[in-house]
Amino acid sequence: MRGWHLAGWLYVGLTLFFLYAPIAVMAMMSLNASEFYQLPFHFSTEWYRRLWHNDAILAAAARSVVIAVVVTLIATVMGTAAAIALWRHDFPGKVLLQALLFPPIAIPWLITGTAMLIFFFAIGIGRGTPAVILGHVALALPYVIVVVTARLVTFDRALEEAARSLGAGGWLVTRAVTIPWILPGIIAGALFAFAVSFDQFVVSYFLSEPGDTTLPVLIYSAIRKGFTPEINAISTLIIGLSMAIMLVAARFARFGGER
Amino acid sequence: MTEVRIERLVKAYGPLRALDEVTLTFPAGQFFGLLGPSGSGKTTLLRAIAGFVRPDSGRVLFDGEPVEAIAVEKRDIGMVFQSYALFPNMTVAQNVGFGLQVRKVAAAERGRRVAQVLDLVQLGPLGARKPHELSGGQRQRVAMARAIVTRPRVLLLDEPLSALDKSLRVEMQIELKRIQREVGITTVFVTHDQEEALTLSDQIGILKAGRLIRHGPPVQVYDAPGDAFTARFLGEANLFEVTGQDGQLRLADGQGIAGPPGPGLIAVRPEHMLVSQEPSGSGVCLQALLVQRTFAGAMGTCVLLWRGQTLKAVGRYQEFQALPAQGTVYLTWPAQFACPVTPDPGPA
Repeated sequence: MRGWHLAGWLYVGLTLFFLYAPIAVMAMMSLNASEFYQLPFHFSTEWYRRLWHNDAILAAAARSVVIAVVVTLIATVMGTAAAIALWRHDFPGKVLLQALLFPPIAIPWLITGTAMLIFFFAIGIGRGTPAVILGHVALALPYVIVVVTARLVTFDRALEEAARSLGAGGWLVTRAVTIPWILPGIIAGALFAFAVSFDQFVVSYFLSEPGDTTLPVLIYSAIRKGFTPEINAISTLIIGLSMAIMLVAARFARFGGER
Repeated sequence: MTEVRIERLVKAYGPLRALDEVTLTFPAGQFFGLLGPSGSGKTTLLRAIAGFVRPDSGRVLFDGEPVEAIAVEKRDIGMVFQSYALFPNMTVAQNVGFGLQVRKVAAAERGRRVAQVLDLVQLGPLGARKPHELSGGQRQRVAMARAIVTRPRVLLLDEPLSALDKSLRVEMQIELKRIQREVGITTVFVTHDQEEALTLSDQIGILKAGRLIRHGPPVQVYDAPGDAFTARFLGEANLFEVTGQDGQLRLADGQGIAGPPGPGLIAVRPEHMLVSQEPSGSGVCLQALLVQRTFAGAMGTCVLLWRGQTLKAVGRYQEFQALPAQGTVYLTWPAQFACPVTPDPGPA
């Protein structure tokens, strides 16, 4: 039995190692003085300093954040409204509608991105920031709906009925009773939406205009031209931000656990 | 005070008729208990009065005014839910004040009325607590306070005591009755606990499969149940088949018995059955087998067997102590306690 126990820990250890070792190496190299990844390690913040003066990267980063914030706002409001409506009402075609919301999670982003590019050109939106925002909202929406719905499942319908019996109309019921209950789900959904947009490469790559693009796309182009530790630096910052967001999201989501 | 009346109310869920042509008046200011087994339509009826259920046909009238087209939030009702449905994000005082806030009552007036109603339900000092910090009985009181603070036209109670344990339930029954008396709101109370309905109600109505089969003051319905279902559902009853022959009503063993002519059933409550070791001189007398004698505090129960039928007698335990533990005994009852009832309709 002891052998199995050890094997279990080895398994967990290897999994974590392959997940985090590459990230750790990259973070380390972003702080290494050598441009060519030479060891021994000499600590330096040179690459972060250079990053700070790289206007192209900073502009792309700012654009990524703005897009992610806009996408988060739109997807969270739409997704929360959709989740409440689907939870509250039964109507013909509801199951079909719910089913249609989820393929975007399963369809490869490469295909979604190609389809969106073709479609946006066909209807005249073309490429650019509006197209990127539209695309990201479409990708983020199902995540918001799933997370908010998971929270709604724990909500006692009698609470809404009680509010109505006391004289509260539709919007007041939603604002005073429903939203306070599902707020952790809404926050978690918003963080997922932010992550989907901020970390998005494939769809952004198809839908953004060259020279006016998001951070992941810029990093990809930079790697093709030649890899500098500056990329390690910005990547390390992005990983830090993304992990912080997902940790907060996981803290709020708790997928129907506590009350 | 508002009189609530429903007329020929029908609500069907697919092939099932949850309410089947129910007509009933809930008199102003009275406490009306709706009773029935699960699935009898009592909750559907309550929710139709509230407005959560839209009837397929029929009328719901408050003081003669139809309210079917009025949404729940405009009907001016108070409702206590089985789960209490207290808003978990609000304090006790905020919960109770919610209905007043919605009605745009000024803060000072609101605070005064909330304090007043919290005193009425004896929760005065707990206004700042959150619902999860309260016991079951306290939550029940908050739910009650929240429902009556707006002085609604009708108070609807959906099995409000079923989540409490037995001793607390009895205490809250007394409380509920006291509060209802003090505020004098027309109250409709749904329960499946017949004892609770008898204790609390000025009037009761008995529903079965979506139909109202009997209603009236509790004593009247108990003493003259009218049909076999009501007799068995409200309390317990020994049912005897009787046949009408040559103008004389007879039990299955051929004994003559007083009563209206015609075949049917006779119901006798267990507490009216007299058990003795010697045959009685006059009236009905059944020779039965005493199967079991049980003791439950002040009261005792005898289980008896007569012509293959199990009978029950309830009385003060001292009266049963003289009886043998088992064996042949004689049963009788005063003629006025034999109540003719119509049999249940057989399976069609």
